[in-house]
Amino acid sequence: MAISLTVNRKKRVVDADADKPLLWVLREDLNLPGTKFGCGAGLCGACTVLLDGNAVRSCQTPIADAAGKQITTIEDVASLPVGKKVVDAWVDLDVPQCGYCQAGQIMSATALLTQTPRPTAEDIEGGMSGNICRCATYLRIQKAIRKAAGVAA
Amino acid sequence: MSIVKDREAAGAALSRRSLNRRSFLAASLAGGAVLTFDARIALAQATGAAGEPVLLTAFIRINADNSVTIGAKNPEIGQGVKTMLPMLIAEELDVAWNQVRIEQTDADDKRYGLQVAGGSTATPNNWLPMRQAGAAARAMLVAAAAKQWGVAPASLSTEAGKVIDKAGGRSMPYAALAREAAGMPVPDLATVPLKPADAFHIIGQPMQGVDTPKIVKGTPLFGIDTHLPGMLHAALVKCPAFGGTIARIDDAAVRGIPGVVAVVPVNSGLVPPGQQDAVAIVADSWWKASKAREKLVVAWDDAAQKQFSTAGYAKQAADALGAAPQADLFKAGDADKALAGATKTVTADYSYPFLAHATLEPQNCTALWTADGKLELWAPTQNPGAGRKEVAAMLGIAPEAMTIHMTRIGGGFGRRLMSDYMVLAAQVAKGVPGRPVKLLWDRTDDLRHDYYRPAGWHRFTAGLDAKGALIAFKDHFITFGADGKPIRAAEMSSTEFPAPVVPDAHLGATYLKTNLPTGWLRAPTSNAMAFVYQGFLDEVAEAAGIDLPELMRRTLGEPRELPTERKGLVFHTGRARSVIDAVCKAANWTGRTGPAKGAGDAVKGRGFGFYFSHRGYFAEVVDVTVSGGTSVKVDKIWMAGDIGSQVINPLNAEHQSQGAAIDGIAQALVWQPVVQEAGAVTADNFGDFPLLRIDAVPRDVAITWVKSDFPPTGLGEPALPPVIPAIANAIRAATGKRLRSLPLQLT
Ligand code: FES
Ligand code: FES
Repeated sequence: MAISLTVNRKKRVVDADADKPLLWVLREDLNLPGTKFGCGAGLCGACTVLLDGNAVRSCQTPIADAAGKQITTIEDVASLPVGKKVVDAWVDLDVPQCGYCQAGQIMSATALLTQTPRPTAEDIEGGMSGNICRCATYLRIQKAIRKAAGVAA
Repeated sequence: MSIVKDREAAGAALSRRSLNRRSFLAASLAGGAVLTFDARIALAQATGAAGEPVLLTAFIRINADNSVTIGAKNPEIGQGVKTMLPMLIAEELDVAWNQVRIEQTDADDKRYGLQVAGGSTATPNNWLPMRQAGAAARAMLVAAAAKQWGVAPASLSTEAGKVIDKAGGRSMPYAALAREAAGMPVPDLATVPLKPADAFHIIGQPMQGVDTPKIVKGTPLFGIDTHLPGMLHAALVKCPAFGGTIARIDDAAVRGIPGVVAVVPVNSGLVPPGQQDAVAIVADSWWKASKAREKLVVAWDDAAQKQFSTAGYAKQAADALGAAPQADLFKAGDADKALAGATKTVTADYSYPFLAHATLEPQNCTALWTADGKLELWAPTQNPGAGRKEVAAMLGIAPEAMTIHMTRIGGGFGRRLMSDYMVLAAQVAKGVPGRPVKLLWDRTDDLRHDYYRPAGWHRFTAGLDAKGALIAFKDHFITFGADGKPIRAAEMSSTEFPAPVVPDAHLGATYLKTNLPTGWLRAPTSNAMAFVYQGFLDEVAEAAGIDLPELMRRTLGEPRELPTERKGLVFHTGRARSVIDAVCKAANWTGRTGPAKGAGDAVKGRGFGFYFSHRGYFAEVVDVTVSGGTSVKVDKIWMAGDIGSQVINPLNAEHQSQGAAIDGIAQALVWQPVVQEAGAVTADNFGDFPLLRIDAVPRDVAITWVKSDFPPTGLGEPALPPVIPAIANAIRAATGKRLRSLPLQLT
């Protein structure tokens, strides 16, 4: 079926099964492979995107549920003022190792800081615990979020 | 530090190795002619349009704008090698780092030398050759300038991509000299002058990862991101029990699904032999192919595999521990007799489970089989050379008929040293000739079809004399093997410390059978041996009335080299002592302590661990808090490491060691055993194979580098092993309980 949605500020129409997850629509139909597949079960956060400003696991979001909504992915997150701060902090601290989880981490961090502009260490642990980093870049993720928020490390 | 003094013998051994390595590369570079070959390419180019890039050596391209493109030859799995190897070249080429562009090379070991991400080998193997490549190109550029100016090369210097004639008051950018330089004789790599360490301006500086700016933008870099025109997608249905074969396929329902293109039976092939049958569904979308799996009916021939189970191994291991070992790994004196005469004996059983790698990027590979029987692969592989051989053998094609592009890799940890996904993708591609096809596993495939870190069991006995000295030592190791030999990654070194320094010692092994394929997990064997040996030695120290650092100092003795099982590799007791002393100082270690009170019902404890692996010496101290009697949190880690004379990229060195330490926490406290029933692994996803999350991370991992006068060695692995026993020993300090099995669980 044809589904209209707004992805990274552009109107897009995709023809896909209603139950196809947003993750695979982004990767396969919209040529936006920055959003990653890690578990397909809502357990790792690699596929995190913003849906009307909220962080969601795109592997658990049937495309029908995204119809008519605003979607932001890693490819355009820096167009958001908070997203830009997060991305800059990520580069400054050289957060990535393999880098595979980092799109999801940045999306979750952006959602966290949008809701909680001055997070404590515990807020960060709470907000980021859905995102796995197998390379364990967690110490720098903590630091980068504080840096983006302008709170002391 | 005294170890700088006695490097001579160890240095001789090390440089012998480096020399061997160098002659290997010299053969492939100068003799086999990477440099001369590329110089010829450059000459051919020189006849083309001016202003085109010029190749100098296999690794360096000088561009018209005087930027320099450097080829990164090794697979990048997040260990930072794509930044580190070019740093070595750029340093000796004498360019500024901001002039450097970095490109991943294809797999071609004749051109580039060994290309592998494993064993923390990139630094020791490339420390000399990469610098020599840079220095050779620099020498050719200097020679070109000398010729042009009619002066002696020795009168010229270089800086930031320019050749400078100080006396003549002139300089020329490399770009203006490159075409001429390409025709100059390639200098002898063994004698080309290299910079002294105090002249380094790139080596030793903190350098950001080359792909970081792309990663934060979501730029496609990984194997899974490979996208080619007309590309198809494949999902797999695998035999749940390893070694099973296809008895019957009914794919009628699948073939009827719109978008499904083919159903291809495949087998991952050679390693281990015959492993394992699967059926690939090829469609115009992976989502479709994956969903179509529900409609595929496959009957498996797997009766012979059903006997293998986790419970079965545990029972066999318990029986074996009580019997005599099947094989002797090491024997000195008479351990039984010495134990009988010892003042005190300590005995304990330790064990650890099978583990998966769980790289966050699931296994995948893209392949194109062309009409003329050639194969092109886009592979996230740590080991392209082995992949090439296995694919060639399985498909019956010549290794040269294959082009292998290396992608960035979403985590390796040893999983991608194996080549099964390449072999499978190649077979699928052969089933749909002329169309590229990307094979992708889902998480369940990935957890159930790994090459697992093997489980193991140990029964230790140690004897102390009246003064508390360790005089007798025994370990009966139950592991997995075939034909009286351990299978991959299931071995133990015959020189496992402290056996070689105890007067009466015996290491024995018994081998159980398994159908699970086994493989190397980051710091292979060491991640398990560090836990059991340093955990048990902490018990021995306690019996002797001292702490583990002190037992280690006494047992290590005077600074000297001990031979290891690996030829050319020595264990230097002085280097071990120096990191032990350094970490005790950094953490303000004050000896064995009992529990300290924390908030509420919480208790705190401190533990120590040391391990030598992958040529790196690491000692670590861990503070833990135990709350509610069962919940363990690591509060802080101190580590001291000796990886030789030079930390090449201090920024990445910190990332690697912190990441390794946290990976150690995961193995100690978070990861659950991989369970096998009726021949098949049961793990389904990150629910039953949980990975460590941000809330389990300590607030700080502090690192002290102990510099020594030895060639630099690698850092992907050696910081990991000591964390695991340090946590177990800290839990003992906090609670009085000895946990001897992984994961560490207080009940
Ligand atoms: S892929 Fe969606 S949460 Fe893991
Ligand atoms: S950087 Fe590798 S998984 Fe996070």
